[in-house]
Amino acid sequence: MSKQMTLEVTEVEPLTALVTRFRFEHPEKAPLPIFSGGAHVVVEMPDGEMLRCNAYSLISDPNDASGYEIAVRREDAGRGGSRYMHSEVTPGSKMRISVPTNLFALDPRARKHVLIAGGIGITPFLSHLHQLDLLQQPFELHYAARSRDEAAGLKLLPKSARIHAHISEEGNRMDLGEILTGQPIGTHVYVCGPEGLISAVLDAAARHGWPKGALHFEAFASPPPGKPFTVTLAKSGRMIEVSASQSLLEALEAAEVEIDWSCRGGACGRCETKVAACDGQIEHNDHWLSRDERAEQKKIMPCMSRFTGDALVLDL
Amino acid sequence: MPNTSFSPSIESRPTYAGLVPQGAAPSIMIADAEGAEAILDLVDRDAAVLDQAHLIYIPKGAQFGSKLAELGAKGYHEEASLDAAMTLINRLLGAAHMGTQLYLAGSEGMMGRISALALSLGLPLDAIQMEHRGSIGRPMQCVHCKGVTQDVTTDPFTCSHCGLTLFVRDHFSRRLGVFQAVCVDAETPGVIPETQEITA
Repeated sequence: MSKQMTLEVTEVEPLTALVTRFRFEHPEKAPLPIFSGGAHVVVEMPDGEMLRCNAYSLISDPNDASGYEIAVRREDAGRGGSRYMHSEVTPGSKMRISVPTNLFALDPRARKHVLIAGGIGITPFLSHLHQLDLLQQPFELHYAARSRDEAAGLKLLPKSARIHAHISEEGNRMDLGEILTGQPIGTHVYVCGPEGLISAVLDAAARHGWPKGALHFEAFASPPPGKPFTVTLAKSGRMIEVSASQSLLEALEAAEVEIDWSCRGGACGRCETKVAACDGQIEHNDHWLSRDERAEQKKIMPCMSRFTGDALVLDL
Repeated sequence: MPNTSFSPSIESRPTYAGLVPQGAAPSIMIADAEGAEAILDLVDRDAAVLDQAHLIYIPKGAQFGSKLAELGAKGYHEEASLDAAMTLINRLLGAAHMGTQLYLAGSEGMMGRISALALSLGLPLDAIQMEHRGSIGRPMQCVHCKGVTQDVTTDPFTCSHCGLTLFVRDHFSRRLGVFQAVCVDAETPGVIPETQEITA
């Protein structure tokens, strides 16, 4: 669990019909901790009985301590976090926000950075761009979106010959083969966006002989809703119900079970929990466990993953 | 002689997984002395690796030059020493694109120096394939004068730059591509342990 601060919302700006930008500042205008490009914060949303915690990439300048900015896409089929941000949060709202954490930093050893964003996956790159500008490092950014309406980042991106927008509705689809061919040695690739884009980039890179160590990705994941299920805690024997729109981590927190976490998006590994017994199927939605670990069903990432079956007993 | 397997040591001590053919992708292959045999084995498994390969060989007295030349790599370059080869290696690596495969085979001195160069160009370590063949002589950096002595086969040894008697450590610097050696008699001047041949 990260240290948290109570900040005030100072700006709410719709960027497109679906995406809104929020700015947070310290109520007494005290400077906030600076961060690094690609960092995210976890925003607490007290939504009725439930406390939602969603991670959002910071889009503002990492060296600007005067405030933090995020851009949130309204996901009507989601569990409600983004709807809460869009409907309940107004200038003057006070919200609890974690200090920034970074799981998607630029690799300082790279000689060139190729950034590939899909849809709302543009957000971490907005802070990367500030850092790349400061470091004066070579980069190119490819930003793919279905339509201009989906491409909220266009409003926030500087005009640059190194920034390319690919709007598929306008017949200007991104050609990954072309992007990944002929890049100078020492280039690293960063991709953020929907699962399909991430796997397409990783596959294309493998086909073009790129080493894994030069590939970095962040899935834009919030825990998916699903069928309700029950977990049993091995040490106390307690049974905990996980509702359809709740993650296992949120259900454990609501039951005041102590559990460590950081990214809440299945990437950092902090909430990894041992499974004492499993009669059924764990729906692994994380990027942390390996394929073998998933198959064994001996570990689960409560922030993202769910369960269907007769009994899931956690070593808690 | 297959890929040398080094006895377990600290994590810093490099081990070499051996070369695995990556098909007809563009590649840079660098071998010295018995490292030639690793290249011959690699080609034996998949001759397509030669299609877009620049093969650079530093014989150091070994007799594999003509065999390598006959393989028919896209480019074959034999050089008298690693120093003499560096101009070409710098040019090839500098002009390479991501997706170019790097195969290194032979001594730890050559592999350490080239992998350090490749890392400094931003290539991740997993992009560098290495196979150790031949002498287990090590590149040792004197931590006192910073000079590097190549092909060290005894412990302790005399620094070829400052003359101190140095203890051979397994501590390896990936940035520099060399092992670290420290003065063996700093606290007891003149008390020097018996010289031993180093082993794999």
